[in-house]
Amino acid sequence: MTAPRPATLAVLGSLLALLAAAASRRTLDAAPADDGQWVRPAKDLAATRYSSLDQVTAANVKTLRLAWSFDLGVERGEEAAPLVVGDTMYVVTPFPNVLYAFDLTRPGTVRWKYEPTPATEAQGVACCDVVTRGAAYADGLVVFNTLDAHTVAVDARSGREQWKTRLGEIARGETMTMAPLIVGDKVLVGNSGGEMGVRGWLTALDLHSGRLAWRAYSTGPDRDVLIGPGFKPFYTFDQGRDLGVTSWPPEAWKIGGGTVWGWLSYDPELDLVYYGTANPGPWNAEQRPGDNKWTATIFARRPATGEAVWAYQVSPHDLYDYDGVNELVLLDLDLAGRRRKVAVRPDRNGYVYVLDRATGEVLSATPFGHVTTTKGVDLTSGRLTYVDAKKPELGKVVRGVCPAAPGAKDWQPSSWSPRTGLLYIPHQNLCMDVEGVEASYIAGTPYVGSATRMYAGPGGHRGLLTAWDPVNARAAWRITERFPVWSGTLATGGDVVFYGTMDRAFKAVHARTGEPLWRFETVSGIIGQPITYRGPDGRQYVAVLSGVGGWAGAIVSAGLDARDASAALGFAHAMRDLPGATPKGGRLYVFALP
Amino acid sequence: MSSPSPEARLLVLALIALLLAGPAAATPGELRVCADPDNLPFSNARGEGFENRVAEVLARELGLALRYTWWAQRRGFVRQTLGTGTCDVLLGVPEGFERARLTRPYYASTYVFAWRRGDGPAVRSLDDPALRRVRVGVQLIGNDGTNTPPAHALARRGIVDNVRGYTVYGSSTTAEPPGRILTALAAGEIDVALVWGPLAGYFAPRQAVAIELAPVTPALDPPGLRFVFAIAAGVRKDDTALGERLDAALAARRAEIDAILDAYGVPRARAADVR
Repeated sequence: MTAPRPATLAVLGSLLALLAAAASRRTLDAAPADDGQWVRPAKDLAATRYSSLDQVTAANVKTLRLAWSFDLGVERGEEAAPLVVGDTMYVVTPFPNVLYAFDLTRPGTVRWKYEPTPATEAQGVACCDVVTRGAAYADGLVVFNTLDAHTVAVDARSGREQWKTRLGEIARGETMTMAPLIVGDKVLVGNSGGEMGVRGWLTALDLHSGRLAWRAYSTGPDRDVLIGPGFKPFYTFDQGRDLGVTSWPPEAWKIGGGTVWGWLSYDPELDLVYYGTANPGPWNAEQRPGDNKWTATIFARRPATGEAVWAYQVSPHDLYDYDGVNELVLLDLDLAGRRRKVAVRPDRNGYVYVLDRATGEVLSATPFGHVTTTKGVDLTSGRLTYVDAKKPELGKVVRGVCPAAPGAKDWQPSSWSPRTGLLYIPHQNLCMDVEGVEASYIAGTPYVGSATRMYAGPGGHRGLLTAWDPVNARAAWRITERFPVWSGTLATGGDVVFYGTMDRAFKAVHARTGEPLWRFETVSGIIGQPITYRGPDGRQYVAVLSGVGGWAGAIVSAGLDARDASAALGFAHAMRDLPGATPKGGRLYVFALP
Repeated sequence: MSSPSPEARLLVLALIALLLAGPAAATPGELRVCADPDNLPFSNARGEGFENRVAEVLARELGLALRYTWWAQRRGFVRQTLGTGTCDVLLGVPEGFERARLTRPYYASTYVFAWRRGDGPAVRSLDDPALRRVRVGVQLIGNDGTNTPPAHALARRGIVDNVRGYTVYGSSTTAEPPGRILTALAAGEIDVALVWGPLAGYFAPRQAVAIELAPVTPALDPPGLRFVFAIAAGVRKDDTALGERLDAALAARRAEIDAILDAYGVPRARAADVR
């Protein structure tokens, strides 16, 4: 075992200030008592990943120990969140997307497993390891997406397939890796594969039949984007007819990307679903002048019809692969003396956005990582301001591009504690150089691409857990990690924050100070989403999947050549010491107090 | 149930050991080629591509049985094939590719202009002003914002609004196979297409109308762009022995390989001209 590098701890805010601030904030739906279940990856519709369970506390978490574990039999990036419904836990694996049901009354016992047998070819299509981000439960059904672009609903009790709907075509590069969000009788799902000329969409399926209810494209004419008379974007640059066509060269929108592979949240009061779209593709940036709407955009839609109510383009004309798909955490905050319904979005481009979720107005956009590619967001126009000197161009050397293509933060979801008023953001600290050209080929077609090389940003650490105070728009504390923190975080009523590291540590830290409280070494690096639940015995459990992989960990899970600086689009270079820190794996861990 | 006999246990252990040994160990007597199962004219699972034919020639020359590992030639192709050790040889690798040890090139080809005979503008140069007026098709790759060299070359010249993109992704069973750009040209959706030579040479004669092809000029468009690529075979970087055997086989069967490339209409270029 390699000795863990001691986490650096920087306490920026005083405990008193935090306590005072916490009193003025609440989570959108914190009101009902916690039912102890975990029925969707983000726990609640507001995407807080906060559980009020408080048997495990900052004081006793040091005694937390392994209750049971299970070998999932798939050694690829395990990004999914386990679900807990009643006395059953559901876990979906990376490709081939096996769904396990565990009997929590007999720990470690499999009730049934369901195998969707997705098409093998899908593995060759997925960009960044063959991951899934999990399932969702509602009304007796466990619903998830398979890599070969199907959505499947399985009877939660019997494990029998209820319906399976094909949504995309893998031969054209379409895969599905995101976790559905179920709102009422609608299952909301989106596609992956923007770099292959896939046109992005969000689709609603009927929960009980699997039939398509509506589809909202991310590019193209208003009727395809489901933009109608009720569409009221806040900023001028998002207003106008058919911007999904006119902000592109003719017809480029037809294959323009803007896939929907990230997180969704829902506000029942406003009846709005929130999500973001990915980067534009497959055109090179100079061949697609214009804003390229609606890529890298946040949408608010009506779940019943898909109708767009507002949109805000986070990164117009994206140059860096800054997908806009990260989570939107729905909170009610007191800002400048006024209670605001906001959506908080730590974006790939390096800024934490606080948006008015009724209107799409940006209330603040503050860097939470090291940013050189842009100068900030103009709060009058709403536009992100790019730095000309950092624009990549084929054949031109550009150094110090920060954040690198995976962004200051990728898909890995944050959690929010209403007790501390802090958002716990797992993220990375990576920059890249674009240094010349190298030959490559796809489908027999040779070309010359930019040779990019990623490396640690200022400070030399590649990962961070940042506790962010969205009211004061500043970090309360940060913990640095050797590797990108590619796991989700979990915040609990016991003031404990859980997260995992790529070098095999599952960690608990104090929610108020970041003080390390407990760690457990797992079989492989952790890039999954920790959860907590109340077991049938009334005790609080904490669960997480271990299994390194994903874009960050493909050097291990896919066995990339560490000598090849350009592997995984240059990410492997930044991760070349990862194989020494973790083997691959695929294991479920469940912890409890003695 | 009785416990298994010691012999049975040994057998099981031996089987486990075999399984653990995995696919990495090359089987003597086999030429293990990594190839795309559905990517004509290069290769397919029925052995109908010119790379299939070249592989057969090489296997015969080396006295080895030919065996394929099929994997779509997309992102991850090299790591899933050569990288996992399930196969040992790539065909169709462009010179300058850094993730494999390359043999000497066995041909060079070029991106070409394609137009309808007697109908389209006979464009031969990227600097032809006609390219600003007509509808131009390019192939798109989109890997990290990178595309085929003609797509970048046109953008550099400010030729954007009249350019249509055709992704190279697809399969023979979908509506968008790799030859879609030439179908679009034949159908009059575009007036000029910029296509990688072997694709153009194969798909152009299969269209309902006559298509003319001409190499893209200038062959170099600095910084960073070129249109001629020498094509080699690739092996794992440390597999010197196999690399050398393939070099010898490619040299010995030069004429036969040239004849295969001719039969598939692969436009040839002289790579030496642009190095």
